This record gives sequence, structure tokens and C-alpha cells, in this order.
Amino acid sequence: MIEILTSRYTYLLFAILLVLGLYMVVASSNLVKKVIGLNLFQTAIFLFFVTTAYVAESGGEQGSAPVIPQDAQAYDPYASPLPHVIVLTAIVVGVALTAVALALIVRIYSEYGTLDEATLREVRADE
Amino acid sequence: MNESLLPGFIIAIPILGAALPLAFGLFRQQVGWAVAAVVLALETAVATVLAYFIYIDGQRVVHALGGENYGRREGAAGGYESEGFAVGIELVADALSGAMILLIATVALLVLAFSRRSGPRGNAFYSGYLLLTGGLMGVAMTGDLFNLFVFLEIVGLATYAMVASGRHASAAVAALKYLIIGTAGASLYLVGVGYLYVQTGTLNMVDVSNSLAGNPEWIDGPLYSDPLVLGAFAFIAVGLATKAAIYPLHTWQPDAYAESPDSVTIYISALVSTLSAYALARITWNVFTPEFFAATANAEWMLNGLLVLAGLSVLFGSLLAAMQRRVKRMFAYSSVAQFGLIVIAIGVAVHPAAGETATQFAVYGVVIHLLAHAIIKGGLFASAGAFRAGSHATTVSDYAGLAKQRPFLSAAVAVLGFGIIGVPPTVGFIGKWYIGVGAVQAGLWAIVFVIFASTLLTLVYIARILEKLYFDYQPEDAPAHAEASEAIATDGGNAEETTQSGFLGTTPSLSVGMLAVVAVATLLSVVLGFMGSELTDAVQPIADAVIENSPEVGSND
Repeated sequence: MIEILTSRYTYLLFAILLVLGLYMVVASSNLVKKVIGLNLFQTAIFLFFVTTAYVAESGGEQGSAPVIPQDAQAYDPYASPLPHVIVLTAIVVGVALTAVALALIVRIYSEYGTLDEATLREVRADE
Repeated sequence: MNESLLPGFIIAIPILGAALPLAFGLFRQQVGWAVAAVVLALETAVATVLAYFIYIDGQRVVHALGGENYGRREGAAGGYESEGFAVGIELVADALSGAMILLIATVALLVLAFSRRSGPRGNAFYSGYLLLTGGLMGVAMTGDLFNLFVFLEIVGLATYAMVASGRHASAAVAALKYLIIGTAGASLYLVGVGYLYVQTGTLNMVDVSNSLAGNPEWIDGPLYSDPLVLGAFAFIAVGLATKAAIYPLHTWQPDAYAESPDSVTIYISALVSTLSAYALARITWNVFTPEFFAATANAEWMLNGLLVLAGLSVLFGSLLAAMQRRVKRMFAYSSVAQFGLIVIAIGVAVHPAAGETATQFAVYGVVIHLLAHAIIKGGLFASAGAFRAGSHATTVSDYAGLAKQRPFLSAAVAVLGFGIIGVPPTVGFIGKWYIGVGAVQAGLWAIVFVIFASTLLTLVYIARILEKLYFDYQPEDAPAHAEASEAIATDGGNAEETTQSGFLGTTPSLSVGMLAVVAVATLLSVVLGFMGSELTDAVQPIADAVIENSPEVGSND
């Protein structure tokens, strides 16, 4: 257990952030905070991918950054580049989503004058 | 002609074309529709050629993105043969994706005919429209799990923008709800993909499937009982079920369908959830394969859980549909029920209790019902849009006696309604028939009960509309306005300017394009109903692949 906490703590952090983000989306009544929760949720997944790519030790050698020089020895341990690329792509997707979400929130605010979910429901029920 | 380039073109044409309406918009207003029409006509032509290679030639067309350094390559690494694992992303057009490609191209062109008069206008809208089409094509053809996530998000982003293009701010609220739930679903899918990647070291669907089966020499035996793989299926199934609007994750869907402009509703109801269900079928059948579900009791439990949710989706979707006052919300809840049926059949096809015939029939059922639902539900929403444009009718009570005023549209609603119930000779009957027979063959009697109950429940809400249209004659100048405002109050306060004055002036009038869309959908639903054997012949390679646990549909070798 201690060993997991000291060497695998990022996986634990992944799980905590994931649940925290999802809880924020569900529990917060403020629309902007919901979007922040969504971002936290996605960031947790990025953390998971980056963690899986990291090679702490292989064959007695530390894993290095995946920049392979021409004269490199074959199969030096290095961090897997593919998850990094995946995370870059997912970050771009996340930014686009946040932009669209905020644009929608601006529209909602200008129309209804509130960002609170409960108030919004009341305002819309009165229409 | 090198047909392996076609899948690339099919995705590139609409996505590159999406820039054109904005670019031309610098010089001319209102040029978007014409640009979209040209781009989509080209797209449909390419899709038809590709469909020829898939169905007439019987090929599995594969395109490796990124040029000659990518694709499947033999080589040795770390003392093992690489066994031709894919490097980079593959686009795959096979018998399963071919049906979706044809469907997307056809629906995209038809909805364009509808939106000519009904709007939304503006060049930005048509850019989003083309982007959405390209994203859907990508979902249909990608052979890479992470690339599927990216295309799902392109589809998602474009859809959120299209839903929000409604006049009223309630469209923005619906779009935000859709965005939050849809993004959470897609992110859960991504977690599942991450688990599979950690366990297999690849993202290519075929390679993941082979690795899970333990085929490469560096993997000791099948990975089916691995907790990470089991967790991966759970995450992927929940994520894609959210996108396909399966109970209890369907809550975004009625709002999104009801608040978006009519042409957008037709498009997303016919395609967006359809492609998510397609992705679920593709991953369940070809990546996890029936062996995964037969291997461990836990996998079978998860599959049964999915079947239970899908069954609840059928029952609650139908019941909620029967309770709605507004026609668009009724059809939206009906989609929840229909996708429940489709997910049931996806599950039955890989269920350990299913023999070869059951699997075969369930696969037929999924593909045919996906097409049938897209055509029929698109047609029903087009009719609802045409009724609103022509007669300002949005609630069921508004439809009273409209059969006299709009005999053609009413007849179309009747035919399409019988299609969604599953009355022969419509295509809705064939899909539902195969799903039902598949469940009977597998001996899953609870599922069989749900399917037959769903038919009765569908009859309830379709009969409500038909009864209003044909048998509820109201004298002229009936107090339709009073009824309409009452309907608003009882509909959970989802305000919509239905028959309120002020909105009437901006309601588009009925156009030939709208009637043409309704007519084509109605004709297709009947004509395809007589083509049962042709449809099952086209679907046969998929059924064979699922029965043989093969990750490649219709492989040549």
C-alpha cells in the first residue's frame, strides 16, 4: 500500500481528480463552475495518459525524454511519445469545447441574466 | 483508379469545404447554401463510388494516413516479429461503415433541401454543417480508437453549435446541457481507450482486437480476464451509450432535439446518435468480439447490465414519448426507445447465449434498424418541421383535423409512423423483425418481452398523432391558441413560442424542398421495406466477421 502511494501516486491523483471533476459538474449550480469541473475531469485523463507514458526504470536505467539522437543505442528506455501526442490532441479538443461552452454561457447570461442553474430554471419556468 | 484514396477524400472534401462558405462570405452574403450543395453533391458522388467498391466488388478498402512510411509494416523489434502491426492511423471502409457513409451523404444532401427555406441562414451555419458531415464520415471510417474520440468530438462540437443556432436562448441552454453531458461521455470513452492502450500498446482497432485475443507472440494468452480490459469495456460502453442517448443518460437528447431549428433536428436525429451507436457496435463486435463476453462471468454481467439499461431505455423512452404534448419532444423520446432497441441487438449479437443464427439475425437487425431509424425519424422530424412551417402546428393538439388541410403530409406521417411501429412492408418492420428473431433465437425472453412491449407502446404515441390528424375534426377558428399555451405550461415550462403571435411572422412558409424531403423519406422507408434480402446480403460480411470473432469485416484474405 505504502509502495503504491509512493511510486504510483499519480494514478491515485488521476482517480481523485476524475471524481472531483465529475462531482463539480453534477453538484455545482453555477454554469461556469460546471465547465471548470469538466476541465478538471478532462485534465485528470491527460494526467493518466502522461503517467502511463513515463518509464521510471527499465533494465537499471532511467527513462529519458523521447528525443532520440542519430547515434542512440538501440532500446534505451525512454518515455513513450504516443500518449504525449494523444494528450496534446486532447488538450486542443478540450480548449475548443471550453470556448464553445463559454460562448453558450455568455448567450445564456445575456438572455436570462443569471448563471445559476436553479435561478435559470425559475426564470425559464416563468416565461 | 486507386480506390484506397477514396476514404481520405470522403473525410477531406467536407472538412476542407467547411472553410469555403466563410471564405466566400467575405465577398458575398448568403453564399453558404450553394457552396454546401456543391460540396455535398461531390461528396455523395465519391461516397457512391466507394460504396460500389465495397458492396459490388466486395472489397475492404483501407487507407493508411500519412503516406508510404505508415500503414501495416513487417519488421522485428526487441526480438519479436511485429506481425504487420499498423503504424499511424488507418481509415477503413467495409460493409459496416459503407452503409453509414451512404446514409450520411444522402441525409446531408436531403437536409440541405429542407434548410433552403427553413434556415438557419448564414455562411457560418453551413461551415458548421459541412464540418459536422466530415466528422460523421470520420466516425464511420476511422480504424483507430483515439482517432474515433477526435472525430466524436468534432461531431460533438459542430452539433453543439448547430443546436445553439436556434433563434431562442433556450436553444443555448439545451446546447450547453448537451455539451456538458456529451463531453463527459466522450471523456469516459477516452478513459476506456487509455486502459486498452496501456494493456495492448496499440490503438488500431484490428491490432487491439488481435492483442486482446493473445495472437501476437509477446502476449501470453488472451487478455480477456484482465481487470483493465474489463474496465475499458465498461468505460467505453457508458461513454458511447451517453452519446447514443440510452436511459438514464438520455436527458440531453429531448431538449437538444426540441430546441434546435427544424433542419438541424432532422440532421442530428438521423445521424449523430446513429453514428455513436455504430461506434458502439463496431467496438463491441470487432474489437472486443463475442469471445471476450464468453470468457469471463464479469464480462457477461457487464453485457447483461447494458442489455438491462437498453431495455429500460425502450420502456421509459416509449412511455415518456406517449406523455409529451409537443410533437418534436415526442419524436425525441421515441429515439431514446429506438436506440434502446439497437443497443439491445448490439448486445444480443455478442451474448454468450446467442448461437450463430441469433448473432446473424441480431447483426442484420442492428444495421438495418440503424438505417431504418435514421430514414424514418428524419422523415418524421421533417414532417413536424413542415407542419410547423405550413400550419404553425407544434403540439399534438395543434394537429387536430390537419389531415384535411395537409393530406399529403398527414399521409406521410401515417406511413412513417407505421414504419417506426414496425408494420410491414416498411423498412422499420425488417429491422425490428430481425432484432426480435435474434432475441428469440438467443432465448433471452425478457428482451423478447421488451421488444414486443415496445411495439405496443410505440403504437400508443403514434396512434395519438394519427387520431388527432384524421379523426379529431375541429370546426374553423377553434381556440387552438388557448390549447397551445396550456400545453406550454404543462410541458415542464420549456417555453417555446409556438402559436404566439410575433413568432408567426418569422416562421418560414412551407417549401417544395421540405415536401420533397418528406416524400423521399417516406418512399425510401417503403421501398427499402421490399428490399429485405438485398439488405441482408449487404450486411452478411459483418455477421460472418462477428460469428468468426474476426476484427476485419469482409477481409479479402
